[in-house]
Amino acid sequence: MKSTDIGNPDYFHKVVDCQWACPAHTPVPEYIRLIAAQRYADAYMVNWKSNVFPGILGRTCDRPCEPACRRVRVEDEPVAICRLKRVAADNKGDVEHMLPPKAAAKNGKRIACIGAGPASLTVARDLLPLGYEVHIFDAEKKGGGMIRTQIPRFRLPESVIDEEVDFILRYEPVTHFGTRIDSLKEFLAQGFDAVFVGTGAPRGRDLNLPGQKEAAANIHIGIDWLSNVSFEHTDKIGKRVIVLGGGNTAMDCCRTSRRLGGEDVKVIVRSGFDEMKASAWEKEDAMHEGIPILNFLSPKEFTHENGKLTGVTFTKMHWVEDGGRKKLVPTGEPDVHYECDDVLMAVGQENSFPWIERDVGMEFDKWDMPVVDPVTFQSTIPNVFFGGDAAFGPKNIIWAVAHGHDAAVSIDLFLNGGDVLQRPPPGTSMMSTKMGIHEWAYDNDVSLDLRYKVPLVEPEIALRNVKIEVEKGYDQLLGYKEAQRCLNCDVQTVFAAPLCIECDACVDICPMDCITFTENGEETELRQRLQAPALNVTQDLYISETLPTGRIMAKDEDVCLHCGLCAERCPTGAWDMQHFYLEISHAGCAPKSPATRKREPAPA
Amino acid sequence: MTYIAKPSLHHPSLEKNALGFTRRDYEGRISTLCAGCGHDSISASIVQACFEIDLAPHRLAKFSGIGCSSKTPDYFVSPAHGFNAVHGRMPSVLTGANIAAKDLIYLGVSGDGDTASIGLGQFAHAVRRGVNMTYVVENNGVYGLTKGQFSATSDRGSKAKKGAENKDSPIDLVMLALQLGATYVGRSFSGDKTQLVPLIKGALSHKGTAILDVLSPCVAFNNHVGSTKSFDYIREHNDAVNRMDVISPRAPIRADYAPGELKEVVQHDGSILRLRKVADDYDSTDRNAALGYLARKAAEGEIVTGLLFVDPDAHDLHDGMNTVDTPLNKLTDADLVPPVSALEKINASLR
Repeated sequence: MKSTDIGNPDYFHKVVDCQWACPAHTPVPEYIRLIAAQRYADAYMVNWKSNVFPGILGRTCDRPCEPACRRVRVEDEPVAICRLKRVAADNKGDVEHMLPPKAAAKNGKRIACIGAGPASLTVARDLLPLGYEVHIFDAEKKGGGMIRTQIPRFRLPESVIDEEVDFILRYEPVTHFGTRIDSLKEFLAQGFDAVFVGTGAPRGRDLNLPGQKEAAANIHIGIDWLSNVSFEHTDKIGKRVIVLGGGNTAMDCCRTSRRLGGEDVKVIVRSGFDEMKASAWEKEDAMHEGIPILNFLSPKEFTHENGKLTGVTFTKMHWVEDGGRKKLVPTGEPDVHYECDDVLMAVGQENSFPWIERDVGMEFDKWDMPVVDPVTFQSTIPNVFFGGDAAFGPKNIIWAVAHGHDAAVSIDLFLNGGDVLQRPPPGTSMMSTKMGIHEWAYDNDVSLDLRYKVPLVEPEIALRNVKIEVEKGYDQLLGYKEAQRCLNCDVQTVFAAPLCIECDACVDICPMDCITFTENGEETELRQRLQAPALNVTQDLYISETLPTGRIMAKDEDVCLHCGLCAERCPTGAWDMQHFYLEISHAGCAPKSPATRKREPAPA
Repeated sequence: MTYIAKPSLHHPSLEKNALGFTRRDYEGRISTLCAGCGHDSISASIVQACFEIDLAPHRLAKFSGIGCSSKTPDYFVSPAHGFNAVHGRMPSVLTGANIAAKDLIYLGVSGDGDTASIGLGQFAHAVRRGVNMTYVVENNGVYGLTKGQFSATSDRGSKAKKGAENKDSPIDLVMLALQLGATYVGRSFSGDKTQLVPLIKGALSHKGTAILDVLSPCVAFNNHVGSTKSFDYIREHNDAVNRMDVISPRAPIRADYAPGELKEVVQHDGSILRLRKVADDYDSTDRNAALGYLARKAAEGEIVTGLLFVDPDAHDLHDGMNTVDTPLNKLTDADLVPPVSALEKINASLR
């Protein structure tokens, strides 16, 4: 194998699994250390800069970081990254003075954001401090989009939404709330320099089953019903409720039903429990509230009597192999019927653009969705950009934020005569954490604690009111203990081959058998004959240049604890623990040339 | 030295031996020696060897004297018995323990000072008596704890860190052990675990006195240009006579080497030492030839390593003394105190 090019920012970025997995590439270990140091405001700002909504995401994020966490591979459960973010938000105090200053002068360019959801708000936040005049349009009276309409209050209190939306509104965008845009053609005539479409995926999918028309009064589309609850248009539901669908919206629907008078609430899904789209923890939370999840039942018909819904008939399903592919088909057993008073359909969401005229000059694909560049988020009308669910269908808030950042970079480049395809490289730095012979600027003593549970409000109280936040969140002590579980994967093991005397000290001390000195070879073969076989091919091998004995140092990054013992036991400083910091470039960051990247050598 | 404990987390694929232990179960406390010390590699090799021969930790008894090397029994096989003796007196304490409890596996760990200087007499007599033990000398040619004076194994002409040259003749512990009748003699290098681990495994399963002289560079005081015990010097002058695999009595025997290049030695406990020759003219079962070969190579400035001599039919101290099979410390009053009738019998015989 060739020796590893650690100058490529991707190499060490990949080692920080959580940051690599995060669509917005939030420097997770960095803020977790700040939480452990009780520097909550600083931790909040690291988040705010990167993901814009730490308080909101700390309660609602889909957490792509957690399954990626190295702790899963060395122990069992990931660090509770998401809920630690909430600790930072809950304890931050006043951060107004830490927010970037408002633009001293306007640059004369006008941007319109259609929709006031997370993607649009991110675009606004990135562009407003640069001097752009940003107009935000939304049909609702307040900003927030789906954050405000679809996420139930018991998971996300309104005060948290207000605070983080206000952090953006303080940069004084021109808000046109309560204004629905019905025609892109007319809208473009207003002459904005650039338009960002962040209208989400606002249409809940409908099943259109027999009996639905007759019993329509008690059959609701999940996201519409949730938004009616959020706006307090709806405040009760029947005693017996069936929720159809297995995604996170279904989980929100059933748990909301429990709080609005539903006593016998069931979730019924077409496929198996394991194939459900809902995150594992959301399923757990629902079941914890006494909601059974029944699987392999495909809804067939709504039954009704005198125009009133009486229940739903289901066909039993199972998986069969069909030419190597798994297919869900009826088992042939008799249908089953479940009685209920109300049905909530949460079987998916769709984008819909009835307000974009198809002759406006924008190209649509075969699914009748606008053609959007996945890197620049530019549509085929050069000054119209898309982001969030509106761009590539329903995802999660953190994706919308990531889209918003990228679209803002594109808009900034586009309006300054730059090439939107020339993306600015991330800003990175490497700095030794060595403070003494065996002292480091991070806590390298690995915590053996298991993941701490987030304290909850007792179910009897939580189920009384839809506005009572069910999770209490970690207090500062629990937050500290959970933060200590972080393995500091951003403190990198950096190897300097010229200093190595091949004494084996690092090999002997490494608790995870990550390090091997051996003859070089081809990757698949080399992976087999390391100190411990490196079977996780998604994780790189760190290969040194050839050493004086003709061997190489090969380090399997897979389960490294970043405990720094290799560096502590190294007599020559060939190993050093260096803090790697990567921040993706946001709008307005001048592209940095690789030569300006800081890389400090280890002290001898 | 390191303050934090080595995390107990381990690689998910870590293997278990026949006793259900992982290699990590044979570790000890974290070393307080200098970072990069060769002794730590030897400790790691002992850990590996004990793991591989499925040694029950409570059957091991560790002994040491004074010095950097003699601190190391704390850093491997924590559940084993242990005794840290007075400077140079470890062989006698070990001998005493061995007399009393012959059913344990004895491992003495010492250094060049503890063995070749203050403890030379003790060393010589333990070897001469054939005490059943593995005696590892962690040999760095320097007094590390007192900041790097030449030790008795330091080669003539070797340079100290500040440039002073050693004028005295060295004691070659391997030659000495051969002359004194040790029945398993090897030399190795802390930086070559593939050679060292099998040598330790073979020694632990050897019945008789096994002496391992392990060159172990002192990174703080004896790893510079001009030293004959530095990593670089040993690597350049390492003359391995053979490579060894130790095959446990339980393992199926597979012959996958060409005939002639292999020599198999069956030890008392049934374990097989499979020697792959590197030097053509070397026979590991010929004591006199070994002495001659070592003397010749020493004159050429080469460091001969490998299994230098083994006598598979060795006798140990207990054989010589004709002790009972039961360890002496397990004998009860009923075994040891003769009844009155026995006294009468003796008295009668003298009347």
